[in-house]
Amino acid sequence: MLRLIVSRLVSALPVLLIVSLIAFFLMRMVPGDPTIVMGGLQSTPQEREAIRQALGLDQSLAVQLGRWFAGLARGDLGRSVLLGREVSSIAAERLPVTFSIAIYAFFLTLVLGIMAGVLSALRQNTWVDQLLMTAAVVGVSLPNFWLALMLIVLFAVELRWLPAGGYVPFTQDAWLWFRGATLPALSLALLQIGLLARITRSTMLEVLRQDYVRTAKAKGLSHFKVVVKHAFTNTLIPVLTTIGHIFSLLIGGSIVIETVFSIPGFGLLLGSAILSRDYPVIQGGLLLFAAMLVLLNILVDLVYAKLDPRIRYDVDH
Amino acid sequence: MTSITEPRVRAGSAAEPSRRWWRSNTWRRLMAHRMFVIGALLFGLVLLATLLAPWIASVDPMKLSMRNRFKPPGAQFWFGTDNLGRDLFSRVLHGGQVSLLVGFVVVVVNGIVGVGIGAVAGYFRRFDNVLMRCMDAVMAFPAIMLALGIAAALGPSMANAMIALAIVAVPRNARLVRATFLVIREMPYVEAAVAAGARPMRIILTHILPNCMAPLVVALTFVFAYAVLSEAVLSFLGVGTPPPAPSWGGIIAEGRHYMRDAPWIVLIPGAVLAITVLSLNLLGDGLRDVLDPKLKVQQA
Amino acid sequence: MNGPGRDPVLSVRNLGVSFRTDGGEIRAVEGVSFDLARREVLGIVGESGSGKSVTALAIMRLLPEPPARIHSGQVWFGGRDLLTLSESAMRKVRGASVSMIFQEPMTSLNPVFTVGDQIVETITAHEKLSRAQARVRAIDLLAKVGIPSPTRRIDDHPHEMSGGQRQRVMIAMALACKPQVLLADEPTTALDVTIQAQILELLRSLQAEFEMSVVMITHNMGVIADFADRVLVMYAGQVVEQAGVHQVFDAPQHPYSAALLASVPRIDEDRRRLHTIDGSLPNPADWPSGCRFSPRCPHALPLCSTTVPELRQVSDAARVACVRWPVQMASEMASEMAAEAVRGR
Repeated sequence: MLRLIVSRLVSALPVLLIVSLIAFFLMRMVPGDPTIVMGGLQSTPQEREAIRQALGLDQSLAVQLGRWFAGLARGDLGRSVLLGREVSSIAAERLPVTFSIAIYAFFLTLVLGIMAGVLSALRQNTWVDQLLMTAAVVGVSLPNFWLALMLIVLFAVELRWLPAGGYVPFTQDAWLWFRGATLPALSLALLQIGLLARITRSTMLEVLRQDYVRTAKAKGLSHFKVVVKHAFTNTLIPVLTTIGHIFSLLIGGSIVIETVFSIPGFGLLLGSAILSRDYPVIQGGLLLFAAMLVLLNILVDLVYAKLDPRIRYDVDH
Repeated sequence: MTSITEPRVRAGSAAEPSRRWWRSNTWRRLMAHRMFVIGALLFGLVLLATLLAPWIASVDPMKLSMRNRFKPPGAQFWFGTDNLGRDLFSRVLHGGQVSLLVGFVVVVVNGIVGVGIGAVAGYFRRFDNVLMRCMDAVMAFPAIMLALGIAAALGPSMANAMIALAIVAVPRNARLVRATFLVIREMPYVEAAVAAGARPMRIILTHILPNCMAPLVVALTFVFAYAVLSEAVLSFLGVGTPPPAPSWGGIIAEGRHYMRDAPWIVLIPGAVLAITVLSLNLLGDGLRDVLDPKLKVQQA
Repeated sequence: MNGPGRDPVLSVRNLGVSFRTDGGEIRAVEGVSFDLARREVLGIVGESGSGKSVTALAIMRLLPEPPARIHSGQVWFGGRDLLTLSESAMRKVRGASVSMIFQEPMTSLNPVFTVGDQIVETITAHEKLSRAQARVRAIDLLAKVGIPSPTRRIDDHPHEMSGGQRQRVMIAMALACKPQVLLADEPTTALDVTIQAQILELLRSLQAEFEMSVVMITHNMGVIADFADRVLVMYAGQVVEQAGVHQVFDAPQHPYSAALLASVPRIDEDRRRLHTIDGSLPNPADWPSGCRFSPRCPHALPLCSTTVPELRQVSDAARVACVRWPVQMASEMASEMAAEAVRGR
């Protein structure tokens, strides 16, 4: 097992390297002078020069790259031009907010998505199946920012059940956090629920066709045992591999959702950084999230290896 | 362990694949597939409406009229007007041109670049590792975030949105094509062609590529859906097609401030966007069910 | 060694199964009737597509109800018609009184659970044993089916075992609750030839030890010759001949049985060409009218394509479904075919 962990981490290194290079070159993609964009059209040449020096844009490419990687090794993700703060400290402050909603959404996704998928597979071609799958394909097609706005109109404006925005940290007041986080989590989760339901359904249908399910039935096992013990476990394991992708979509959606609901998370910050062309923040944020997702995928891989006896066998021998 | 992006090539296709995949049998099955037909009709409707926009919606989408501000949908203005008195029907139709054009271009670029990279990676072992690491790296970023970042760097415009979305979508396609290539490369008839001295380009074009068509067509349909949806997100956040040119995301962004009094400004473009994306997803589902029912579910 | 008992332990009467497909309704099995006596081994032989497996799956009620439909027949076991039982009652029968083993040992075991777990769950599903007690019996069973070091291997996963070993585990699972009837659907077809012989030998000794009735489905005449007491020959979803194994081999009554036997190459014959049966199995969606074998039968008469031949009792233990059943004609045909084969036609 330890060998597997090490080998996965090692094979992730080249990817992380390229990831950081992509992030680095993002600012250099700007046509023309990035300092004009960052400083604003009204900025003076001195201001722009100050930005240029602060970001090291006056140095040669090799030096810039060196500084970039040296900074990364120290955990320095750059410095916001607008806020004048380290990206890493901003991240430390705002990430918990984003994650609290993302995890809430993730939980909704898992529960609702898998339940819908399993139910559809077991009731294949009945009205239940068709209803759920129609809902799933619609869910996958709705723009999340529009859905968020619609939910606000319905639940916050008309029904007044939930707030239209704002955020209360979980540690401060769990109930208020829950109220404030529900609409954002729902808007964030809907796409993923639809996706997971479809994937779960197709995986389960395939598993139900397998010979070992027929063997289980031939042994006279109860319907519950056949479905839950034999079919479901074999469905869950491949579905697990999609978790990384689902989380990636959740994190990506947080920019829009936090913007619509005015949630002071890292997504909102990234969104405004994008608008104001605060490139260091954009670079640092992108790099941070990509690195986290790479590590998450490694983790998922390891859990999968632990769960699937076939892989475990290959690993241990 | 199969990932979402790896296709299953039809088992037993050891013989030469049929060239005439557009012939009647497939077509008949597609027409019989309910979801496909609904999707095709809806998409056709949207496509027609946006293409004929200059003629159907005679009002200039940019024309301001302070007199007609915030008119709800009615006889005169089918979709109502926005905060500047502009005809929403006209704006939505013209905005559709942006969305569909972006979608189309992204699909074409994906088709060419994605297939190119996938083919090279799948056929030439030397380049496989490097290319795939690069693809993995691009895929490591949350898709929409990377697209936003690139669009922010390049500047807000329709062309830049196309570039950003294309870059983000290529790796997944490349993976798909590469996976198909890896499988078909081992097939006996490819071995025979190599033994007969055929050049790689010829082998790729005549033997391997036709076999990729089915999963590729399905994947590209979903890429179209993704592109339309993502373009709206880009416009909504201000890095897509810049105002005052109408785009669905942009209209919703502007209308957001007037949701209480004029909800149709947000409601209608979003509904049209949802219907367009839905129609594309239905088309993709139908194509997948007919062309290769064993294909695992592709993501929208 | 006791021979087959008198009262049938399993009685199938006029079983009919059809499948609803896009291409229409396919009558996969029609009018199949047979009795299975205690301690008897009944071989069901026929080409792929003859309906042998569907018959067994129908008895176990393992066919998915859409698209399959058991539209006629009764299956008498223990005084009850299995086809009328509720699903929960049927579950009590499956695995405990009537067991089945399948053709593909590589995919018939759940890869995620240990071999022991899968045997134990069969036992605990039907008998009131604790898991510990069931485990003891499982180890016993593994030893009986010839798995070495059973106490260690009981915790192995299926992929840690070879195909032959997995089939032995399947047999252990099927026998765990001492069933009265074992349905074996081509259990050796997917295995290497040497392993085939071992598994068959195992089945033979277990059948004797457990005093079970076995239905052995196969397309391999050699297996039938080795193992079966009686033979059912199936073609195109119907039974065409039913007889004791010696009789079928010495004097096959139905032209199809004769042709099947004639097409098996024999090492002691000098043949230039392999004997084949002309034509191929007709499309199940569109069976020929009258006798389904008539288009391929070298001795077909005009009336064969208009009359459906009944399965008629020809002698004490034999039945044939052929209009030209008279014993003389059948054995004439057989010797004629054998003579043709020897002439190297």
